[in-house]
Amino acid sequence: MNLAPNVLALLPEYILTLAGVFIMLAEPCLKPGSSRKPLGWIAILGTLLAAGASWFQLGFGTVHAFSGSIQTDAFSIFFHLLIAAVVLVTLLGSLEYFEGNATHAGEYYALVLFGAVGMMLMTCSTELLMVFIGLEISSISTYIMAGFRKGQAVASESSIKYFLLGSFATAFFLYGIALAFGATGSTSLAAIAVGLGTTKTPTLAILALAMMIIGLGFKVSAAPFHVWTPDVYQGAPAPVVGLMSTAPKAAAFAVLLRIAFSGFPSMQHRWAIMIWILAALSMTIGNLGALLQRDVKRMLAYSSIAHAGYLLVAFTAFPVEGISAAAFYTAAYAAMNVGAFAVITQVGGFNETARTLDDYRGLATRRPVLSGVFAFFLLSLIGIPFTGGFFGKFYVFSAAIGSGHIWLAVIGLINSGVACFYYLRLLATIYAKPTAEASEVAPATPVSVPAIVGLTLATVATLVLGIMPGNTLWLAQYAGTSTMIENAREQCAATPNNCQQMPVPMERR
Amino acid sequence: MSAQVPIAYYLILAAILFSTGVAAFLIKRNIITIFMSIELMLNAVNLTFVAFAHMWHQVQGQIFVFFVMVVAAAEAAVGLAIIIAIFRSRQTLNVDQINLLKN
Repeated sequence: MNLAPNVLALLPEYILTLAGVFIMLAEPCLKPGSSRKPLGWIAILGTLLAAGASWFQLGFGTVHAFSGSIQTDAFSIFFHLLIAAVVLVTLLGSLEYFEGNATHAGEYYALVLFGAVGMMLMTCSTELLMVFIGLEISSISTYIMAGFRKGQAVASESSIKYFLLGSFATAFFLYGIALAFGATGSTSLAAIAVGLGTTKTPTLAILALAMMIIGLGFKVSAAPFHVWTPDVYQGAPAPVVGLMSTAPKAAAFAVLLRIAFSGFPSMQHRWAIMIWILAALSMTIGNLGALLQRDVKRMLAYSSIAHAGYLLVAFTAFPVEGISAAAFYTAAYAAMNVGAFAVITQVGGFNETARTLDDYRGLATRRPVLSGVFAFFLLSLIGIPFTGGFFGKFYVFSAAIGSGHIWLAVIGLINSGVACFYYLRLLATIYAKPTAEASEVAPATPVSVPAIVGLTLATVATLVLGIMPGNTLWLAQYAGTSTMIENAREQCAATPNNCQQMPVPMERR
Repeated sequence: MSAQVPIAYYLILAAILFSTGVAAFLIKRNIITIFMSIELMLNAVNLTFVAFAHMWHQVQGQIFVFFVMVVAAAEAAVGLAIIIAIFRSRQTLNVDQINLLKN
C-alpha cells in the first residue's frame, strides 16, 4: 500500500481524532441517562486501530512528514504503542466506573482519545512547535479529566491544582523554546543541534535548556517540581490517575529524550548535571515522601515521583544505551502502574470508598484475586525479579554504571531498598486480618468483564516484561539506534565536512 | 529609520515580565490573579519570540506566537470553567482555603 508520507506519519493520530470527534458528536444524540458504554467501545476500537496503525508504520522505517516537523521512527512507534496500550487498559477499566455515575461519560472517552492524540504527537515531533501543540492537547484533556467526578469538592480541587501548575510549567517550557530560538535561530531540533555549533550565545542556549527541563520536569513530576502530584492524584478519579501517571509522563520523557539527545547532544555535559540532580532528588524525595502517606493513591503518587527519578537515571547513559534503557523502563513502569491503578479503580469504585491504608486492611479475605493481582503489581513496583519492574531497574542502573555514574546508581539502589518498606507495608495491610468494622463495609461488587480483560493485559505485560523482555528490549534498542542514526544523518547533511568525526551509531541487533 | 530600539531592551522587558508572572504566581492567593500571572508569563514569551524573530529575520518566531495565543485561549476556556466549578463547590477562590487534599 502506498500512502503519502503526510498520511502515513500521523495515521494513528488521525484514527484517534476521528474516533474522538465521532464520540463527541454521538454523545448529545444519546438519551440522557442511557448507557454510554457503546461510546466506550468505539473508543476502545479506535485505540486498537491506532495501535495497529503504529505497528503498520514500523515496516516503513523512518518517515519524515510535514516539512520535517514530524518524524515517525522506531522511537516514536515504541511510545505510540505504549500510549495506546495504556489508553486501552484505562478505557477497559473505565467502562463500568463512569456508567450511571457521571452524566456525560461520553465526553470522558473523547477526552481520553484526544489526550492520547496529543501524547502521540509529542513523541513523533521533531519541531518544538509541534511538541508544544501536542503537550497542550494532552495537558488540557487531562486537566478536565482530573475533575471528572463533578460535584465532589476534591475533584475540582485536584483539577484546579493540576491546571495551574500545568500551565505554569508550560510557560517555562515555552520560554525555553523562545530562548533556544534566540540562540540558534530555529525551533526545529535538528537545526538547533546544528545551530548550537556556531551559536554566539552559548549561555542563552544553556538557559533555554534549563527552562525546558524545568517545564518538562513539572510534567513528569520530577522533584523539586513534584509538589502538585500527590494532591492531584489523590483527588482525581482512579482510572484517570492510572492514565495520567503513565501515558503523559511517557510522552514527556520521549520529548525530554528527543530534546536532550537529538537537540542538545553537544551540551551533554551541561544537561547531564541537571538531570543527575533531578534524578537523585526525585528518587529520594519520592521514596521518603511515600513513607509518610496513609492514603494509598497519595502513596502511589510519591512512588511515581520516585519512578520518574529512576527513569531520569537512564538519561545519564548517553547516547544509545540511555534511550533504550529509558524506553524500556517507561514501558515497565507504565504496565505496572496502570495495573495498580486499575486495581484501585475496582476496589474503590466511583465514590472512592477505599482510600487509606485502614480501608485496605484485610482486603485479601474479601477480594482474594484482586488482592493477588495488586500484590503482583506492588512487587513489580519494588523491583522483585520476574517482574517488569526488576528488568527496568536492572537496565537503568546497569546503563548508569556502564557510563560511569556509579554514585547515582548507588543512590538509586539505596532508594529501592527504602521503597520496599512502604510497598510491603501496603501488602502486609492487605493480607492482615480484617478488623470487625472493615468486614461490614464490604459491598464487593463483582469486577466487570472488560475490567478483567484490562487487568489481565496489564498483568501479562508486567509478567512478560519480567520473564521475556527480549522483544520489547529489541524494540527499545532499535528505537535508540534509529534515533541516533537519524541524528548523525541530519548533522552530516548540515555539515558534510565533519562527517568523519560523527560517533558511529550502534548497528541494529 | 534612525534610532532603532536595541533587541536587548525587548528581551530584558520580557524577562522582567516573566519574572513578575512567576513572582505573582507564587505570592498571590486568588485563583483568578494566579491565572492572570500565567497569562503574563505567556505574553512575556510571546514578546521574546517576536524580538528574536526580528533579530533573525525569520517568520518562524511570529508563527509560534500565533499558536501560543490560540493555545492560551483554549487553556483559558478550560481554566475558567474549572474555576467556576471550584467556586460553586467552595464559594471561595482563595487558594489557602482550597486545602481538602492533604494527609
